[in-house]
Amino acid sequence: MSSLVAEMGVKALRLGVPLAVQLDLTYRCNERCIHCYLDHDDHGEMTTAEITGLLDQMAEAGVFYLTLSGGEILMRRDFFPILEHARARTFCVKLKSNAVMIRQQEAERIRALGVEQVQISLYSHRPEVHDDITKLPGSLERTLAGVRRLKAAGLRVIFADVLMRQNFQDYAGVKALAAEVGAEFTLDPTITPMMDGDRSILNLNVDPAALRQVFRNESLVGNVEEFCAPPTGADEETLNSLPCSAGHTACYVSPYGEVYPCVQFPLPCGNVRRQRFLDIWRDSPQLREVRSITLRDMPSCSKCAHGGSCTRCPGLAYLEGDMRGPSYQDCEKSYARTGIPSENLKAQQATAPPPRLVQIQGLRPATSPPAPAPAARQ
Amino acid sequence: MSGKRYVARSTAIAARALGDEMMVMAAADSALFTLNGVAKVIWEAADGATPLEEIVRLQVCAQYEVAEEEALKDAEELVEGLAAHGLLLVSDQPIVRGGSGQGGA
Repeated sequence: MSSLVAEMGVKALRLGVPLAVQLDLTYRCNERCIHCYLDHDDHGEMTTAEITGLLDQMAEAGVFYLTLSGGEILMRRDFFPILEHARARTFCVKLKSNAVMIRQQEAERIRALGVEQVQISLYSHRPEVHDDITKLPGSLERTLAGVRRLKAAGLRVIFADVLMRQNFQDYAGVKALAAEVGAEFTLDPTITPMMDGDRSILNLNVDPAALRQVFRNESLVGNVEEFCAPPTGADEETLNSLPCSAGHTACYVSPYGEVYPCVQFPLPCGNVRRQRFLDIWRDSPQLREVRSITLRDMPSCSKCAHGGSCTRCPGLAYLEGDMRGPSYQDCEKSYARTGIPSENLKAQQATAPPPRLVQIQGLRPATSPPAPAPAARQ
Repeated sequence: MSGKRYVARSTAIAARALGDEMMVMAAADSALFTLNGVAKVIWEAADGATPLEEIVRLQVCAQYEVAEEEALKDAEELVEGLAAHGLLLVSDQPIVRGGSGQGGA
C-alpha cells in the first residue's frame, strides 16, 4: 500500500468516512464453485433504480473505492447502466467476475468506462481441475478468452486463486498463466463459511502442512524469514489498534440492500431499502459496536504472543460466535507461519477439536498521522 | 502567458472529496493524487467554460489571502502538472463535452 493510500485511510478513519464499499449486484451465477459461500437464488435483488440511488448516496457519503461483485456481475442485464452510473459519480471502480461472459464488446465497454481493475476468479491452469471446481464445463477456456479480451482492451487484470485441497498443486501454474497473459496474481488460502453460517465447505481447506509450505514459498510471501519470524507480542500501541477496516472505513452491501461491516462479516447493520446509507453508516448500533473494539478488548488475543502480527478476521471470529474472540483459522495460520501456537490453540488442544475456519486479508488501518499536503501529491 | 486558458476535469479519473482535500486517481495508470484546499477549489471549478484566470480571481483569491498574480502562477503550475498526468484537459478554447461522461467531482 502506498503511503498516500495509507494517509487517505487514516484521514477517512478520523473523519468517519466509508472510503471503500463492496456492493454485490447479484448472488446469481453461471458457475457453481464448490467453495462458494453464497445462495445463488434471487431472493429479491435491488432494482436498477434502487442501486443507482444507492450509488448517489454512497458518493455523497464519500465512498471512493467501489467494488462491484457477485455472484457474477454480468448476470444482471442492467450491469452496464449501473457501471455507467457509478463512473458518472466518479467512483474508483473495481470489478470481480469470472469473465465467462466477457466478449470483446463487454471488454471494450468496461475499458471505455474507466474501470480501475478487474479481478478474475481462476483456480487452476488445468481445465480438468478448474472446471471441476466451477462445475461449468469449458469454464477455464471461456474465462481465459475473457481475460485476453480484457487485456487486449488495456485493462488491469488480477487473477484471484483460492487455495483448496482440489487445486493445491496448481497455484504455481496459475501464477505462470497470469504472467503469460499479463495479469497479476493473488492467492487466498481461505475458504469462508456460507453466509448462513453453514461450515460444511470448510473441509475444502488445505491441511496445515500444505499451509506451511505456502507460507515458505518466497515467490508468494517475499522474505520468508521475516514473514515466518516468531511473534513479538503486542505493545501498548498495538493493544489500542483496530482489527481491520471492516466497519471503520469499509463496508459491504448485499444485492438485497443489507449493510454489513464486510463481505466476510455477516452482522446485519441495516438495510438501504429502509434507511439512508449514511444513516446506517453513522448510527447503526452494530457498526458502533464493531468500531468500539480494539485488540485490548479481546480477552484471548490481547494476551496472545501473536497479538501484534496475527491477521485475525473479526468476521470469522463473529461466525465462531464472538466478534471479540479469536478466529481459529487465523490461529492456525499464525501457527503454520511461525510454529508457535496461539493462546487459543493451546486452550483448544486441551479440549475438543475446534472448527476449522478461515479468514480474509484484513486491511489494518495505518497508524501514522497524515502529513501536511502540498498542492498536488502522488 | 498570453490569452485565456480553459481547464476541464478529465472523464478518465476517479475523484472524491475527503475533508478539505480531493482524492483523484488517473484511470490510465491508477496513480493516486491528493489535492489540497486551494487545488480542490480549482479542480471543482474546472468546468471547461470558465477561464483559469477567472477561477483564480473569483474562487481562489476570494477564499484565500493571496495576490492574484502569485495565485495565477501557482495555478498554472498545478494545471500543467495535472494535465501531464491526464487528470485535467487544458485548451485556449472553451472545452465542450457531449454525452454522459465519467467526469465531475
